[in-house]
Amino acid sequence: MSATQVKSKPKVAFFDFTSCEGCQLNKLNFENDLLDILEQVDIVEFREAMDGKADSYDIAFVEGSISTPTCIERIHKIRRKAKILVALGQCAVSGGVNAIKNNFSSEWVQETVYGQDKYLFPSIPAQPISAVVKVDYEVRGCPMSTPEYLHIFKSLVLGRKPEDFDYAVCVECKLKENECVLDKGMFCLGPISRAGCGAICPSNGQYCTGCRGMVSNVNKNGAVEMLKKHGFSTEEAIKRMKMFNTNEVEKQISWGR
Amino acid sequence: MSTDLQINVHHLTRVEGHGNIVVDMKNGVLHKAQLDIVEPPRFFEAMLKGRNFHEVAIITSRICGICSLGHQLTSLKATEVALGLTISEQTEILRKILVHGATFQSNVLHALFLATPDFLNVGSVFPLINTHKDVVLAALRLKRLANDIGDAISGRAVHPISCVPGGFTKLPAEKELLHIKDMLLKEAIPDANFVIDVLASLADKIPQFERETEYISVYSDKEYGLYDGDICSSDTGLYPVEKYLEVTNEFVTPHSSSKHAKFNRSSYLVGALARINNSHALLKPQAKEAAAKLGLRVPCYNPYMNTVAQVVEVVHCVVDTIELIDKLLDMGIKQEKPNQEVTRYGRGIATTEVPRGILFHDYTYNRQGMIEAANCIIPTGQNLANIDDDMKKLVPEIIQEGKEKITHKLEMLVRAYDPCISCSVHMLDVEFLE
Repeated sequence: MSATQVKSKPKVAFFDFTSCEGCQLNKLNFENDLLDILEQVDIVEFREAMDGKADSYDIAFVEGSISTPTCIERIHKIRRKAKILVALGQCAVSGGVNAIKNNFSSEWVQETVYGQDKYLFPSIPAQPISAVVKVDYEVRGCPMSTPEYLHIFKSLVLGRKPEDFDYAVCVECKLKENECVLDKGMFCLGPISRAGCGAICPSNGQYCTGCRGMVSNVNKNGAVEMLKKHGFSTEEAIKRMKMFNTNEVEKQISWGR
Repeated sequence: MSTDLQINVHHLTRVEGHGNIVVDMKNGVLHKAQLDIVEPPRFFEAMLKGRNFHEVAIITSRICGICSLGHQLTSLKATEVALGLTISEQTEILRKILVHGATFQSNVLHALFLATPDFLNVGSVFPLINTHKDVVLAALRLKRLANDIGDAISGRAVHPISCVPGGFTKLPAEKELLHIKDMLLKEAIPDANFVIDVLASLADKIPQFERETEYISVYSDKEYGLYDGDICSSDTGLYPVEKYLEVTNEFVTPHSSSKHAKFNRSSYLVGALARINNSHALLKPQAKEAAAKLGLRVPCYNPYMNTVAQVVEVVHCVVDTIELIDKLLDMGIKQEKPNQEVTRYGRGIATTEVPRGILFHDYTYNRQGMIEAANCIIPTGQNLANIDDDMKKLVPEIIQEGKEKITHKLEMLVRAYDPCISCSVHMLDVEFLE
């Protein structure tokens, strides 16, 4: 590699909003590739792992939801400095589990956790990053999968557009030759949830929780009917869809009620 | 002597979550020395309302990405108590192995990637890749192996999949366990020994500061307390887990953004140092040797030594995992289904040691099997009052060292506690006046 190329290594930064920081942690979990990656980019800001700040970023990875007035200010600042902004993980992409609280009155939520001190602690409904600023790419999942992230990271560093998975988890689950989770008598959101995870939960004996959001052409009423056929009430079906996707479900449904 | 000092570290780096350090001293009188927490609140207790037992642990593991396993297991144990579910010996051993993996993963990450840069006067682990590549590689291998344990037994190290109330939805193959054991023997033990030698050579970089406080941890007389046991206070002894509210006494202070905790004194300490102070006798012999090599003698009153205590625990966890795998292989893996035959609906309280300290989950299920009330008390919240008390003693002691050095020592102090701020679901978002 020539000296000029070395100088123009892309400047990468990481930021976290309301989240568990598990996606950031997952980034540190590709131990085998970490050192190679660090040769290709300059990490200029990553508060969880290093001191130091920067004025601009070629790629900003943003984890977590917008859930306080200060979050809004911060994300605007980051957007102004970033050429490419990537939402990292489901909290950033759709609000994730943080948005479960949007189902209740904020008064009740704050009282449940903080009791009489509730008025001290301002909070707004948990929103995806894209509700506030333009998001260029999304890395879905709770947590985001490390290999998928690595692929998107490499694509962006190489200047190519990463692909988007927009088909159901059932496709990947069938390829794994798993027994159908619904047929086993368990709940499952595989038929309406976005793939890309390799059906990791059904492959480990669990049900699909829909942690990567719903496919874009989801048949809403069909989904509720299908779950009803397997013995789950409309209420139960919608409540469980909302675990990771309250904002998506709220936006889309008048269905099944 | 009159001395003025103002320190305001905004968004402290190399800790999990968002916190500020604020110190205000005028004419030699310390008005303020505290850690402000500016993490957005997350409201997990409210989010659990109306969820059934299949969903609860999936949600609570999302409290924290670093301690997701600990939150999940504590959640499962609380649910099992509330619903009267019993688990098999095999499930218990597998869970103990998972706790070991998660503990040494997190301890390696903190001690070597977040804290060690301070001992070598750099701002992050990244410059060390060039100057201390062998240490970084050993740490990466240890971390990778710890994550492999999580992947093999629970399907995924971050937000585990196959641990459910009553057992596991998928069991590891014997050859996977053999492989892990093999790697622990061949790789993890030499790597851990190497890391200990390196840290031992840096012993003089650890600030000398002592403040005796109350140390609270899980305690079991059968083994080093991690997966389960009673609550142990170094001041007043053992308490059953059901009494956790009498021990934690969470309270809101007007000058702080977060609920603090106290028991017999104005504050108490949780985490690796508390565990070692309370359960040193139950460490594996190899871990005791490591402690001696690193100059950790109990009782230890230096909070900066928490980082060292974490490394000692790495050795304990590695050695005990090997023994637990042997035990499992002797028993033979039984293909059993999770026991989800609910025998009652009620309240369940459970505790586990997560890397940062003692964790409590407390659930009440109604007759429809839905969560009626939930409470989670997180280690970092319990440490905050103790951090403030440390700062109040430390600042006057080092006031002659100049602002830059003082700031650095305070940052190191907070980092030594390995705070996990987004974990702390009780934390509040408040604007502060400097």
